[in-house]
Amino acid sequence: MTKTTDYRVIGTRPIRHDGVDKVTGRAVYGGDVQMAGLLHGRVLRSPHAHARIRGIHVHKALALAGVEAVVTGEDMPEAGTRVAELGEGAIVVKHLSNNTLARDKVLYKGHAVAAVAATSPQIAEEALNLIEVDYQPLPVVIDVREAMRDDAPLVHDDLITESLGKSTGKPSNIAKHFQFKLGDLEKGLAAAEVVIEREFHTATVHQGYIEPNNATAVYNPDGNVTIWSSTQGAFTVRAQVAELLDMPISRVKVIPTEIGGGFGGKIRVYLEPVAVLLSRKSGKPVKVLMNRADVFEATGPTPGSFIRVKLAADREGRLTAAQAYLAYEAGAYPGSPVGAGAMCVFACYDVPNVVIDGYDVVVNKPATSAYRAPGATNAAFAVETVIDEICEKLKIDPLDFRIKNGAKEGTRRADGPVYPRIGMIETCEAAKKHPHYKAPLSGPQRGRGVASGFWFNIGLKSSATASVNADGTVSLVEGSTDIGGTRTSIAMQLAEALGIAAEDVRPVVGDTEGVGYTDVTGGSRVTFATGWAAYEAAQDIKRQMIARAAQIWDVKPDDVSYEDGILQSRTDRSKRFTFRELAGQLHATGGTIVGRASVDPPCVGGSFATHIVDVEVDPETGKVAILRYTAVQDVGKAIHPSYVEGQMQGGAVQGIGWALNEEYVYNEKGVMTNASFLDYRMPTSLDLPMIDTVLVEVPNPGHPYGVRGVGEVPIVPPPGAIANAIHKAIGVRMCELPMSPGRVAKAVLAASR
Amino acid sequence: MSKKMQIQAKINGRGVDFLCEPRQSLLEVLRDELRLTGSKEGCNNGNCGACNVLLDGKLVNACLVLGVEVQGRSVTTIEGVASPGGLHPLQQKFLEHAALQCGICTPGFIVAAKALLDQKSKPTEHEVRHWLAGNLCRCTGYDKIVRAVLDAAKQ
Amino acid sequence: MKAFDYAAPRTVAEAVALLAEKGDRARVLAGGTDIIVQVREGRREVDLLVDVKAIPEANELSYDARRGLRLGAAVPCYRIYEHKEIARIYPGLMDAVSLVGGIQIQSRASVGGNLCNASPAADTIPPLIAYEAVCVIAGPNGTREVPVEKFCVAPGKTVLAKGEFLLSLHMLSPRPRSGAHYQRFIPRNEMDIAVVGVGASVTLDESRQRCLAARVALAAVAPTPLLVSEAGDALVDGPLSDKQIDRAAKVAQGAARPISDMRGDADYRRHLVGVLTKRVLQGAIARAKEN
Repeated sequence: MTKTTDYRVIGTRPIRHDGVDKVTGRAVYGGDVQMAGLLHGRVLRSPHAHARIRGIHVHKALALAGVEAVVTGEDMPEAGTRVAELGEGAIVVKHLSNNTLARDKVLYKGHAVAAVAATSPQIAEEALNLIEVDYQPLPVVIDVREAMRDDAPLVHDDLITESLGKSTGKPSNIAKHFQFKLGDLEKGLAAAEVVIEREFHTATVHQGYIEPNNATAVYNPDGNVTIWSSTQGAFTVRAQVAELLDMPISRVKVIPTEIGGGFGGKIRVYLEPVAVLLSRKSGKPVKVLMNRADVFEATGPTPGSFIRVKLAADREGRLTAAQAYLAYEAGAYPGSPVGAGAMCVFACYDVPNVVIDGYDVVVNKPATSAYRAPGATNAAFAVETVIDEICEKLKIDPLDFRIKNGAKEGTRRADGPVYPRIGMIETCEAAKKHPHYKAPLSGPQRGRGVASGFWFNIGLKSSATASVNADGTVSLVEGSTDIGGTRTSIAMQLAEALGIAAEDVRPVVGDTEGVGYTDVTGGSRVTFATGWAAYEAAQDIKRQMIARAAQIWDVKPDDVSYEDGILQSRTDRSKRFTFRELAGQLHATGGTIVGRASVDPPCVGGSFATHIVDVEVDPETGKVAILRYTAVQDVGKAIHPSYVEGQMQGGAVQGIGWALNEEYVYNEKGVMTNASFLDYRMPTSLDLPMIDTVLVEVPNPGHPYGVRGVGEVPIVPPPGAIANAIHKAIGVRMCELPMSPGRVAKAVLAASR
Repeated sequence: MSKKMQIQAKINGRGVDFLCEPRQSLLEVLRDELRLTGSKEGCNNGNCGACNVLLDGKLVNACLVLGVEVQGRSVTTIEGVASPGGLHPLQQKFLEHAALQCGICTPGFIVAAKALLDQKSKPTEHEVRHWLAGNLCRCTGYDKIVRAVLDAAKQ
Repeated sequence: MKAFDYAAPRTVAEAVALLAEKGDRARVLAGGTDIIVQVREGRREVDLLVDVKAIPEANELSYDARRGLRLGAAVPCYRIYEHKEIARIYPGLMDAVSLVGGIQIQSRASVGGNLCNASPAADTIPPLIAYEAVCVIAGPNGTREVPVEKFCVAPGKTVLAKGEFLLSLHMLSPRPRSGAHYQRFIPRNEMDIAVVGVGASVTLDESRQRCLAARVALAAVAPTPLLVSEAGDALVDGPLSDKQIDRAAKVAQGAARPISDMRGDADYRRHLVGVLTKRVLQGAIARAKEN
């Protein structure tokens, strides 16, 4: 594998290939899909957070002029007890099916109960009002600790706790309890000079993508289905729909449209199976949309949580022991990212003695879904603030502490893996050297905080096909839906490998019939894995180009060198083709060249980040202003630095919103009261300064170009960094997210007593 | 369904006739009746700016204007920002600065930024951020968007 | 949303006739930034929207020193802050109209509409109260006037009777040596509904050491925007000082009757009333000293 650091394309900043379509409004997103005879679908949702469905009466809706189909849970096949491997982990099919359209119970406010297809969106909405559902409300539980009590109302009558790998036989809201252990915790605690234990609460938070979920489906009379969807994975949609509707995957074609944000929230299907059912019943194409309230109430936010962290350090500031208790709300069905949270909670540090207990707990809230480094941000908020307290007690600089205790190559994590070459300490050193860290920060109620974070990133499977065009360009079809500009970073890797310009690659995101199987766009895997597939497809093209040149020159392939896009005979230097010249000869010499690859790369590199933030707190109102923000991250190798910077900035700002204002506010009936962008407060441009970025490049030794995933880890440090900055500013330690003005003001008042 | 009204307006410089019910917003009319899908629905209640258009030169949320209200008025959508000669400087700068990731908010931001630059040729960073506070972006953290607008202002 | 009809009358009489015929099944449409959302979400049901933007009196925006400010009820916020003279003379109103919802909202939303929507948290109402604005209401019996602090009677409810609509708002020229200011507290820097809002006006004596008159009005801490006369009185009683401002702030705090909801809890709101009243009074006094 090439280890040269003098790249021709990698590290440059070409205009993204799909850019013009996106700045002119021409790009087609899921909601923009149009076709003849299209019907409009809308979903009826439960007003209750927990209720039995006694009956659903749809005849009045069916009788409304313009309504062409109505479906309910009865139209979905029985799922039985199947567990399916559908993308990012195993899924209990019955849960996914019931979540799509409820059967005997609704488990959260907004749970889908029925759907209608009509000739106009207005008629579809009117039809929803004509569907009568007979509910019997049940007791509601919406807090993780309440749900864990023995006397809590049960969300599922048949959910039995699995604890430490064994069934307890006891029905409860605790789906699972697991533990990671390393060394000897008691010994580690005994060896400590300082032991600090703190408890934390975090609220439910949404990915906040600006484009609501959508799906359009055509069910052909021959039983073949075509689906258009804004999705993070066309292949996972195919697999989920096939599984849910009991169809072979060969009958389901999924065409991914452009996607307006996902962050993990557009992997699970919601509307796709509904659109298919409505299309089957009506015999027409059906487009089903969600409104913003539906998105908040009925997609997959990330868990609220209760976390307890205990850290112990010796006199020199070496961590001797770490313990965490993580209880995460899974929402209506088991499967919160508490496992990932447990993997990440102490992942930045080399601690010899660790115990981590994780609890996956169901509550009457929408089933949680992945949100950018799922589970890690909650855990990092807890750990990074306790570390700050330890540093304060031992009078150690917070970055020096992280450098002293940082995980490095050879460190073992409590959940098992041993780190290869990683960049945790490098990010701390870069942060320490950065002008931000040394800049004077004067003024009352101003403070500076730092925090680190980790995300393991994933590899999984990707395919790519690349065809050489006669004009020397290469058409690249890859299977990773493009949420942030990845088709360009993938094209750049192909271009680098072939020695041609990025502009000479025409990347296209294929559908499930046009490209080989490709796993979801998520887990910070695309530039890594699909880029690798493009690299391998390039190698395939190179081999064939070499063979073709050899054929044309009548020499052996060994005689042909391929360097920087130039093919040349080693023995006769006058025999020379540029890539473009040889491309122009392909038709006449045997036909065009197509390169292909399918990869499942093993050597995924985890990524580390360390952030610095300056805040100013108004102690009278509790409002926290972000004065300055610097995000330092080990990015492996930045293929397109602008988009790597963008991932760091975007993730940091989501983390800032999570830290300061974002939360689901529930009333006592389990109904979200702030299901709109008015009161679910994401940061606006006026709430932020520029976000400075430092790209530390510790190449991933396992990738041809050293790529590490970069997209997720930037959301992990902000809440911890901001909490630490608030403490420096006003001497108050926050242990609840969000640190909204009311909570900060309350903490200030309490501290002054 | 109430009676449709016939509306005549100028959309991106061209006279357009359309029928719509009073309850259809300008956004619905643009997307569903006129097939101008560049303006997006993000929230449908005036809190995200993804539907931004110019109404007689003024920046508005198309989701909060009724289709019937544009009778005799002039509307500019994202589709009308570029000229036959090429991209508007804002569009070009958004591309150069990588000021978009998923791109769903980009039409709204470009229309909003155009309204700012039409009114104020050399805004400060604070003025840009204040003007764009009604446009939500979840991908970029706004940094590169603000830089792109400031750079376009220099043209 | 549910279907409705639309009419755009060109005269007051036409509008009144339409509203009188439909009663509470008709609503006035000005900027639409509240009513369209409410109808869409099913919080209000209408059979008819009466668009008043074509009625000249509802669109008038004029000032002269003798008659003061005539602010048509449908005039959008941006026209007010783009009017240099009005912006200079009524800074308290400027504070509010440049805060309402973001540029896009300000292109459409009107002060009259903000008032008629009668949210307790409306940003423009406290400064209207501070400026002693008078509401001119058109109806089947001609026009009548109501002081702005009496216009809202409950959340979402006003004194408008069947067939009536708000035509315009009048404010006298501010007296010499007076200043007004509005501030609200929101968690972000824009786009939020006020958790608490305070508007105040003060008029100083010739020495500028004493307050001759003061009005303090609160938003978001009672079922309607609240004029707290006692707070204004507290400021007039004695020479101006920080202590006196604190006292006025405490009186305002005492008058607040906030509820706890998703935007803030009652204790926090009460606390903010004290904080903001102090800051707003200081701002109003500073402006008065410059006049």
